[in-house]
Amino acid sequence: MVYKKRLDGRNNNQLREMEAKVGVITNADGSASFKIGKTWAIAAVYGPRELFPKFLQDPKKGVLRCYYNMMPFSGSGERIRPGGNRRAQEIAMVMSQALQPVVDLSAFPNAVVDVFIELPQTDAGTRCAGISAASMALADAGIPMKDMISSVAVGKVDDKIVADLDYREEHIEEFNPESAHASVSDIPVAMINNTKEITLLQMDGEISQKDLIAALELAKEATSQIYEVQKKALKERFAKE
Amino acid sequence: MITNKDTIKELAAQKKRLDQRNLTDYRQPIVIETNISWTAEGSAKVQVGETIVMAGVKLSIDKPYNDTPDQGGIMVNAELLPLSNPDYEPGPPGIKAVELARVVDRGIREAKAIDLKKLCIKPGEKAWTVIIDIITINDAGSLFDVAGLAALAALRSARYPTVDEETGVIDYKKKTDKALPLTKEPLPVTVYKINGQFFIDPNLAEEKACDARLTVASDADGQISAMQKGGSSPLSVAEINEIISLAKNRADFLREEMNRQMGGRK
Repeated sequence: MVYKKRLDGRNNNQLREMEAKVGVITNADGSASFKIGKTWAIAAVYGPRELFPKFLQDPKKGVLRCYYNMMPFSGSGERIRPGGNRRAQEIAMVMSQALQPVVDLSAFPNAVVDVFIELPQTDAGTRCAGISAASMALADAGIPMKDMISSVAVGKVDDKIVADLDYREEHIEEFNPESAHASVSDIPVAMINNTKEITLLQMDGEISQKDLIAALELAKEATSQIYEVQKKALKERFAKE
Repeated sequence: MITNKDTIKELAAQKKRLDQRNLTDYRQPIVIETNISWTAEGSAKVQVGETIVMAGVKLSIDKPYNDTPDQGGIMVNAELLPLSNPDYEPGPPGIKAVELARVVDRGIREAKAIDLKKLCIKPGEKAWTVIIDIITINDAGSLFDVAGLAALAALRSARYPTVDEETGVIDYKKKTDKALPLTKEPLPVTVYKINGQFFIDPNLAEEKACDARLTVASDADGQISAMQKGGSSPLSVAEINEIISLAKNRADFLREEMNRQMGGRK
């Protein structure tokens, strides 16, 4: 097979360089910034606060609501017209579901916890970076959580199982002429850190069952690396106070 | 923090502010970072005190308008993100965002800060359009001034993308080292009137206590290129004269700060 070396020279299990910071937006109840390579997500948490319209309220527990937005200048091509689209709606939904299993809102009936995720620049893996940022922001806001969620994409590029695909790897046929007919599968995964249970799983491309399981095993190791970065950023935040 | 309007107004009479600043001082720190987004042709993140605004410049090639066939165009858009302030909600821009975008737009456009003729590639057929998106990250007051500074810093940092000579297709991933035809550096400064006193750079509580405000965009030569009065109280001609002098002085201060942090222009 022809994809001998990753385009940016990383090892197959190597993530791009990461940078995390907690407490970046003073207006918010909790906030965080997470960079992985040239993908950058900023998350802000507001709440628990009263949920309107009232019919959306749950008298038993609070509601977790996510919003995902790419800034107009954050795409690698033309300007993105602001105002949301179907892709952003779907990503926001799967993000909420990825975070929900560790968030306990039973103490906040009829309330909402809003998580706003914004991307100033992107290079693939935006929903995963957004979830990793959001998990830190929720912790920063003091929302009761059982664990942290860490998220990264894994996948198969040609014959290699790799972690944290960037844009060029997702479009390998365009950037690596030798891989003109290579198949790529992109699998965004989010995991509960301690149990390694999966809370986000999507995939596009083609992959065999055996390779998929191998990729998910790789995701365990990869999300642990992200968790270490999240933990360090949270510690730095609270060491200051 | 105390957000009592009366306290702010009483202090104003003694020329004092809750945070101990002089009435005409900007908050610190003032931090201007450029090229914060690799996907934008130009970008900046500006922090003044706790207020943080990003601006990004995207370029595209479009057909010029029929009445100005030899000119490109500029457009300014502002998004008051719900991420940046608990009072903002998701949805299309409200009147506050529209006003912010239009005031920043006029300051740049009317100063002819960008030579629109130099944006023309082929008269009547092709010209560059410059789109500036202003995005609030943390709205802690004084958005006009911070957004104006971010927009100008983003314009200064912008570089044209590569265009394929045969197909005319833009390759956004490859930037040239050619800067935009920026001929002037207008900056908006907003002067707020609270209890008869003139304030610069209010925080949110001070904004709410203001009786009137006047935004004045001026360039390094002191030419005024845009104004916008807001608030429900009137201003006298004498007051406006005083406000303009103050706004020019403060615009000079911001320009110096920008040149210091970005390096002098060319």
